[in-house]
Amino acid sequence: MSSTKKDASAGPAASTAGPRGRRKLSPMAREEQRAGLTLLSPTLVLVLVMVVLPILWTLVLAFQRVRILNIRTAGIFGPYTIANFDNVFSSSFFTSLATTLAYSIFGTAGAIILGLIAALALRKPFKGRTLIRASMLIPYVAPIVAVTFTWSTMLDPQFGLVNYWGKRLFGWEESIPFLSERARDVSFLGLEFQLPTALIAVIVFEWWRSFPFAFLFLTARLNAVPDSLEEAARVDGATPIQRFNHIILPQLLPTMAMLSVLRFIWTFNSFDDIYLLTGGGGGTEVVAVTVFNYLTARGDIGAASAQALVLAVILGVFVGVYIKFFARKEEVS
Amino acid sequence: MAVPVETRRPSSPSRPPEGSRWTRDVIETKVFGILRWVVIAGLVLVTLFPFYYMFVLSIRPLDSLLRDPGSLVIPFGELDWGSYVSILTPQENGGQGFLKFMGNSALVALGTVLISLIVAIPGSYAISRLNFFGRRQVSGLFLAVYLFPSILLAIPLFTFFTRLGLRGQLVALLIVYVAQVIPVTIYMLRNYFDTIPTSLEEAAALDGCSRLGVLRRISLPLAMPAIISNGLFVFMIAWNEFLFALLFLVNTRPNWTVSLGLSQLAGSIEVPTTVLMAGSVILTLPIIIIFFAAERLLTEGLTAGAEKG
Repeated sequence: MSSTKKDASAGPAASTAGPRGRRKLSPMAREEQRAGLTLLSPTLVLVLVMVVLPILWTLVLAFQRVRILNIRTAGIFGPYTIANFDNVFSSSFFTSLATTLAYSIFGTAGAIILGLIAALALRKPFKGRTLIRASMLIPYVAPIVAVTFTWSTMLDPQFGLVNYWGKRLFGWEESIPFLSERARDVSFLGLEFQLPTALIAVIVFEWWRSFPFAFLFLTARLNAVPDSLEEAARVDGATPIQRFNHIILPQLLPTMAMLSVLRFIWTFNSFDDIYLLTGGGGGTEVVAVTVFNYLTARGDIGAASAQALVLAVILGVFVGVYIKFFARKEEVS
Repeated sequence: MAVPVETRRPSSPSRPPEGSRWTRDVIETKVFGILRWVVIAGLVLVTLFPFYYMFVLSIRPLDSLLRDPGSLVIPFGELDWGSYVSILTPQENGGQGFLKFMGNSALVALGTVLISLIVAIPGSYAISRLNFFGRRQVSGLFLAVYLFPSILLAIPLFTFFTRLGLRGQLVALLIVYVAQVIPVTIYMLRNYFDTIPTSLEEAAALDGCSRLGVLRRISLPLAMPAIISNGLFVFMIAWNEFLFALLFLVNTRPNWTVSLGLSQLAGSIEVPTTVLMAGSVILTLPIIIIFFAAERLLTEGLTAGAEKG
């Protein structure tokens, strides 16, 4: 925000108002000050009242014994307690935190890699590319309820398509309940190990759902890579892999880093996908789903707030990283 | 130009020695040339297949699905639009009443678009153009709001609207949606205002236009593409939203949105899968239409900041 570009774009007022030091005092600058705040005030009021205040209220609720039943009698200056945090530091919370981390890390990494592959494959123009590019974005914009429902139908053990063809083509002995099974023993090359079936299913769904986002941003970045660089490398005899490693990848890395943090934050928060696919069953209960269950099924607002708060603190660190390294940089350049 | 070429290899691929046409460069180019098409075909199949499946199931009769779940083509005679009739018919006539749910969704989504634009246009203009105390902090605040989990917000808002007795009302949902989309709206519009040259506004100001006059006559018309794409984007967010609809409206069936209706009915045994697939198609179709109508606008708006980064 405070970049040089900004100051330059504020040109008319600043230049007519004279030297920098006197700008704050000049009537023109004061008028601008007032106009700015006036134009912004509706937005600001709305965000403060509907977002910031509620979040602060969560802070209060987390330290109170509030349940759905006594919701009307609970006050702001209520008797405070830290009992709610007992729930947070129970073992089940750490289990769901670990699940959330696994889901976020694998989900984010896979989605970005897929997005990168898609962006590279669709880089050179061909007939129909525009249409294919657009279709590639549909999973990301389609309503979450419709796509999770379609996926759970496809993966259904009874009449799901995946199990039907799995049994016929790959010789599966029985239907695999992808969205409800906690773990499955697998032997591969003589090695026996367990795979968390449902967790893998929701991660694969996350790849499908959010690779378009990475694809979109990486395509935009690829378009900005000057052709001359690659042309020069080609003339010098660099092979496609070398050109990718030494020319394309370095240019994409900042975008990929930005995407990693951004997608990680969103996946870490995500509630809809898992709630709709598995309801949190089969070892897929992420923190957001736990919080939701405390809020609705148990009606324990205090405990839900405490857990949400811990989630928010962890997330605050990531948001801080994002703002420090990416948001400002983007605004300056 | 610092292009790293492997120097230890004597034969540079640009000048292949006689007889050895199979250099690394040629092989890689050939392999990737083929691989590229395989990848494209695979990706198209994977992204679009679930939507095709959704559609096929929605027009198959239920017994045919149960008899032959693996089939992906519909025998022509079997085509059955009954699922659509059943899902759209009002509940009192024996259907699922999705027409009503679509009305609710449209109402909330359009309301969100309208209010968020009215509030955010002046706000984003101020952040982009005007120099005032606290501008940086305000931008930071919006970004933080944008990135924070909605589940955190859900708890106090749920409590708040329950206490007010507004929880089952569409208007509660509308207020929450507006607050949720404002940061995105501000961000997208501000980026666009940044790209409009100030000289145009200066000229208008010199000609005696007031600040609001400049905004209305110069900046707004120029920003129209961004405003439209943002409006569509907000519509899509509000139409697709699920968590708050579930939290607020689950007990008041007449006020359900399409997303909520579909998710609630999916849990019940009485409603056949084919009918729910028709519901999925109905929920998805408006979004796909909007998306293809405004694809270029939307993607440009979304990635507005990316090329600079």
